[in-house]
Amino acid sequence: MATLWFCIVAVMLATYVVLDGFDIGAGIIHLFVAKTDEERKMVIRSVGPVWDGNEVWLLATGGTLYFAFPQLYASSFSGFYLPLIMVLWLLMLRACGIEFRAHINAPVWKSFFDFLFGFASVLLAIFYGAALGNVVRGVPLGADHYFFLPLFTDWRVGPWPGILDWYTVLSGVLALVALAIHGAHWVALKTEGELNVRTRKVAGVLWPALLVLTLLSLVATLSIRPELLNNYKAAPIGYVIPLGVLASIVMMLLYRRKGNDMGAFLSSCAYLTLMLVGCVFALYPVVLPATNPQYDLTIQNSVTSHYAMVIALRWWIFGVILVIGYFVFIYRMFGGKVKLDGSGEHGY
Amino acid sequence: MDSAFLIHRLQFAFTITYHYLFPQLTMGLAPLIVVLKTLAIWKNDDKYNKAARFWAKIFGINFAIGVVTGIPMEFQFGTNWSLFSRYAGGVIGQTLAMEGVFAFFLESSFLGLFLYGEKRLSKWAHWWSAMLVFLGSWLSGYFIVATDAWMQHPVGYVTLPDGSLSLSSFWSLVLNPWALWQYCHNMAGAGLTGAFVMMAVGSFYLLSHKHIEQSKLFIKVGVISGFFFALLLIGPTGDGQGLNLAKHQPAALAAMEANFDTKNGVGLVIIGQPNVETKTIDNPIIVPKMLSFLVNRNWNSEVKGLDAFPKEDWPTNIPLLYYAYHIMVGLGTIFMAIMLIAGILLWRKKLFEARWMLWILMLSFPFPYIANTAGWMTAEIGRQPWLVYGLLRTNAGYSTSVSAANGMFTLIGFMGMYTVLSLLFALLIYRELEHGPEPVTASSGEVH
Repeated sequence: MATLWFCIVAVMLATYVVLDGFDIGAGIIHLFVAKTDEERKMVIRSVGPVWDGNEVWLLATGGTLYFAFPQLYASSFSGFYLPLIMVLWLLMLRACGIEFRAHINAPVWKSFFDFLFGFASVLLAIFYGAALGNVVRGVPLGADHYFFLPLFTDWRVGPWPGILDWYTVLSGVLALVALAIHGAHWVALKTEGELNVRTRKVAGVLWPALLVLTLLSLVATLSIRPELLNNYKAAPIGYVIPLGVLASIVMMLLYRRKGNDMGAFLSSCAYLTLMLVGCVFALYPVVLPATNPQYDLTIQNSVTSHYAMVIALRWWIFGVILVIGYFVFIYRMFGGKVKLDGSGEHGY
Repeated sequence: MDSAFLIHRLQFAFTITYHYLFPQLTMGLAPLIVVLKTLAIWKNDDKYNKAARFWAKIFGINFAIGVVTGIPMEFQFGTNWSLFSRYAGGVIGQTLAMEGVFAFFLESSFLGLFLYGEKRLSKWAHWWSAMLVFLGSWLSGYFIVATDAWMQHPVGYVTLPDGSLSLSSFWSLVLNPWALWQYCHNMAGAGLTGAFVMMAVGSFYLLSHKHIEQSKLFIKVGVISGFFFALLLIGPTGDGQGLNLAKHQPAALAAMEANFDTKNGVGLVIIGQPNVETKTIDNPIIVPKMLSFLVNRNWNSEVKGLDAFPKEDWPTNIPLLYYAYHIMVGLGTIFMAIMLIAGILLWRKKLFEARWMLWILMLSFPFPYIANTAGWMTAEIGRQPWLVYGLLRTNAGYSTSVSAANGMFTLIGFMGMYTVLSLLFALLIYRELEHGPEPVTASSGEVH
């Protein structure tokens, strides 16, 4: 049952990364691909009706983590105190960038909010990547299950790590590139004309970087934590995950060459999902590795009671069926290419 | 008091107080927008749609700030209150997760549809999107109140071998008797904010001789719903909440009423400044025997004073608790009076000419915000010194691993961030008010 809830949290997190990933990605490339006011409006419109719903996956994942693994929630959130609060600030700024841009029709106002949207999206991607890097690298958990990490120390993966060191910065940059490509695929899918051409070009330029960074981070991960291969050795079926990652990178290239935006977008969805699955597979059953392995937080020592998990499964299944229903409905309603119809549909 | 502890408390108090200024209007306006959309279909008159569109814009801005200030709330349990989260997460994490799964998804999905989709949808589909946003926002209110109610009156839990708590009865948690009254009381409070804001905007337009037809509609909807909500606040829900307190938190009730000594036939303090050292009240105005009646329905019955409880279980800030409570109750009484007068004037068809009353309606919109805030302060300060009533003291729940300086860094950051948000909010709302509900010239807000 604990493993099931672990999988549920992982799936919810992956859903969050894939969904909010494309609107963060759209923010990252926003300032580079959209030059005119019309184009910028189109980028924002492509995520406007859905970004908030996408972000709710973060809240729902947080809530689920909270009750299913209270110790993990308590330890990691207080230990990653500073970066987490900064992520919250960035989420606020980004939301303002998206929501308030159109309220005042003045170039200076709009430019400012475009910048805010882009800036916050870039930093968010880096923070998310670094956060994942921290989880893979491990943190200095004590016997009491708590730790506290400063933002940076000596930038080395040593006994006194900071949130940022060369390894987690590498993860951050990888996340930035991966989400930028993902966002580019989304915007390409949702737009036509020059904007579409330009976003495809951006995806093309970033593609080699993604390939190199993915391989680099694989090598780096295995060099700092070689024991992460243990699960793969024990269950060699796991090797299909990294193969799938490579395949998804290749598919991105092929679909983009063919001009199939949907295919490219689905490939980057697969890429993000498989990268996460690969990490989770390597870590299991550890959920937050400690610098000293005897203090690792595992599924068993951080999970709630059996009754709570059983009862929660009932409402969770019911709730998620509803949520899938909403999302299918909403994405169909706002499906197709974004159009600027001048007279304006009523927005706010 | 350890200073890290103080900083963690201040940050939570600041962020939650600021945050709740927005959801109360969200939850208050949502049903009124549904009313307007219903009238539009029922009377087949586009003026109601115009009104709904105008309020949807205000709603949208307000909702956005509510969302961005709400995200930190869910995370601060872990960042600043990790020992509490470890202790109680197995129980209250459930209601918080349910809020995400059942309420936030509903709200966010259909808000997009409601705000962006009027042209694509049939009138009934658009009505439904408004209805589902209303449902989502009120559901979210329920899960949050149920979470707080569990901290006020813990039920349905077991203690695990490691000392932390876990859920033992799902339905006791979800149907906590404390939550039911608190929810009704709180939602009536939110409804009142919505009604007062709508009346204030209507009165503002009518006093400035602008948007006459719309302004009268706003005032009418506001007065009728406001009357109803004020009645609910003072009547059954306030009373029910008070009886809950008398039963489960008598020490908090004694402190709220500044009732220091246990005796028979206790009076109700209307105004006065409590002095905790001398256990007296300065400048008191007291209704004799009223408290005994309210608590026990018997004028001469005994009511426990603070002396009946060990001092370490007294609420930690009695004067603030006393004032918060008295401000809430005092304002509630004033709201009832205002709504009664406005209601009578509306019924006699004299309200729109009674400019003095319109001035009152226009200027009184801040007070429901104050009353709602004071009400929540009453609940949460009254809960002290407990974080989970009777189980976990507040000073045993904060994140000991986060230092005072790191806490202060983020507290200052939140203050700065929220100052900017306040300015943005004021500016954007001002612009919407200036545009008004009637379609105006090409300079009107462009859409995205």
